[in-house]
Amino acid sequence: MAVHDHDLPDATGHFGPYGGVFVAETLIAALDELREAYAAAQRDPQFLAEFEHDLQHYVGRPSPLYHARRWSERLGGAQIYLKREDLNHTGAHKINNCIGQALLARRMHKPRVIAETGAGQHGVATATVAARFGMECVVYMGAEDIRRQAANVYRMKLLGATVVPVESGSRTLKDALNEAMRDWVTRVADTFYIIGTVAGPHPYPMMVRDFQSVIGRECIRQMQEQCGRQPDAVIACVGGGSNAMGIFHPYLAAAGVRLIGVEAAGEGIASGRHAASLTAGQPGVLHGNRTYLLQDENGQIIETHSISAGLDYPGVGPEHAWLKDSGRAEYVGVTDGEALQAFHDLCRIEGIMPALESSHALAYAGRLAPSLARDAILLVNLSGRGDKDMHTVADKSGIRF
Amino acid sequence: MGRIQQVFARLQGEGRKALIPFITAGDPDPGLTVPLLRTLVRAGADVIELGVPFSDPMADGPTIQRASERALAKGVSLRQVLSLVATFRDEDRTTPIVLMGYANPIEAMGVGAFAAAAAAAGVDGVLVVDYPPEESADFAAALQRHAIDPIFLLAPTSSDARIAEVGALASGYIYYVSLKGVTGSATLDVAAVAARIPEIRARTGVPVGVGFGIRDAATAAAVARIADAVVVGSRLIEEIERSAAATACDNVLNLLSGIRQAIDAAAPATGEP
Repeated sequence: MAVHDHDLPDATGHFGPYGGVFVAETLIAALDELREAYAAAQRDPQFLAEFEHDLQHYVGRPSPLYHARRWSERLGGAQIYLKREDLNHTGAHKINNCIGQALLARRMHKPRVIAETGAGQHGVATATVAARFGMECVVYMGAEDIRRQAANVYRMKLLGATVVPVESGSRTLKDALNEAMRDWVTRVADTFYIIGTVAGPHPYPMMVRDFQSVIGRECIRQMQEQCGRQPDAVIACVGGGSNAMGIFHPYLAAAGVRLIGVEAAGEGIASGRHAASLTAGQPGVLHGNRTYLLQDENGQIIETHSISAGLDYPGVGPEHAWLKDSGRAEYVGVTDGEALQAFHDLCRIEGIMPALESSHALAYAGRLAPSLARDAILLVNLSGRGDKDMHTVADKSGIRF
Repeated sequence: MGRIQQVFARLQGEGRKALIPFITAGDPDPGLTVPLLRTLVRAGADVIELGVPFSDPMADGPTIQRASERALAKGVSLRQVLSLVATFRDEDRTTPIVLMGYANPIEAMGVGAFAAAAAAAGVDGVLVVDYPPEESADFAAALQRHAIDPIFLLAPTSSDARIAEVGALASGYIYYVSLKGVTGSATLDVAAVAARIPEIRARTGVPVGVGFGIRDAATAAAVARIADAVVVGSRLIEEIERSAAATACDNVLNLLSGIRQAIDAAAPATGEP
């Protein structure tokens, strides 16, 4: 029997050769407990109803599907539709997953949640749901990222979270993830680890994808309502890859729809200063799963670069690794400069300030649209809003507040 | 019979327990690694665990992570670790060396190529922290083709079914992680550990070493009464960290000799071999 892309992972958490459970023995029991609890929750109508309820009344779903008419007109080709995840509570898609995992934590009687964060968006979303559910919250964040993202650090503290600076390694997202894993292994009885992306050991890549798939399911309905058909291509940025899996997954079975993941090419792939794991990496094992990684010839993980902190990660979710190899999805790169240009274009032409992460997807749509007919449709996941990035953009433009 | 089996057989005959020190290869400098290995033998090490530095040592505490960072700053690679083992092996044909590290440097080299190179260098066992048994059947088979023992971790949270699963793949010895946490954590509950050792030994049929949280001679002695081997890691690395290069070997010799004496002085518990 043929294995379909949309049937994965298998029972042991593998997407072809990727995914799996590559953790120390000390974490195995916790992952077993999580896998069983999630499987039970998925079959529980009350859990699903609560998730649905909070997405609607707390997050503000469904998020709109918006035809960027003026921008499409300027580009002179395909019509671009934006899935407005930037309009969610806390300003990004991250909250969808955090609601799901917090509900699961409550079901598992874990009064304490922990998270890793890079730019701070997942940390803010986790601190938000922890406040909402009355849970203790500890967020691990690289010391270097804390310096770069002071406003988000303060947001987390306002929401009652403890933010722990991580001084080890490169002092960025991957090191925060290492530290969160260490916390979890030490306090596994009372602690739930809310991973923010479709990476980590099974069942996280599957579970986070499932919680984020609400994005793609809404798109299928909204595209039908607004256009009477599905798009020719779906475009999303990929760091760890949760917003992309969320919008791709419901489309995997729709063979006529191209799926395009856009990685951070930083200062250009040739410069070596980028975060394009699928484009320029090799398969390896990190953070509990096998996937494409940016590593040196000795298998050490290398430091990455992107103007967008949310894409600045040396790995990628294992399902993306599988979709790349199977050919079901394409992965391309967009540089810092191209992403910045798309950021400014969307501000000026549509009155929408996108996150720098999402600006990578927008930039690729802007590159692709002119080559397509005017009745072609591109669906772009506008995964977050750009207020958090104003300092970065101002810096690049030589402006100081 | 491999070197690891020979060691445990000999110790059993003598009614003694194994001392297994851990250091990170290349820390603080690759030039000091072979002298440190020889020092560990002089201090009474029966088996040596040699850490392979990795950029993201998720299961280790800050002490071993710093050791990894110091070694990586000196450019130490898995290939160089193997060549350090080969240099040590030229002079010492009896002390088993177990490499301990993470999957990615091994996968970057290639599992088959690594197993062959490790055997040629004189490695006796390999413990890959992030290869639990369900992900390592092929790896364990590759090691055993080269007569290298795959060493596995077990934890206080491991179920009976898992203990049996590990037992089916493991040879050499089992490394029992004595507490919930990372390497270098502070406390160890000897009574809780004592309760688990007999069932692990019975289900796996290989000797059981205990590590994580053994920081002094008294704890080492207490563990020696209940387990087949005592693993000491972070405490040694702290000693190396705070020593000047010229005195590191002397300081490690003093520290580990004290632990050795305490282990030998500890009377085996009743019913133990």
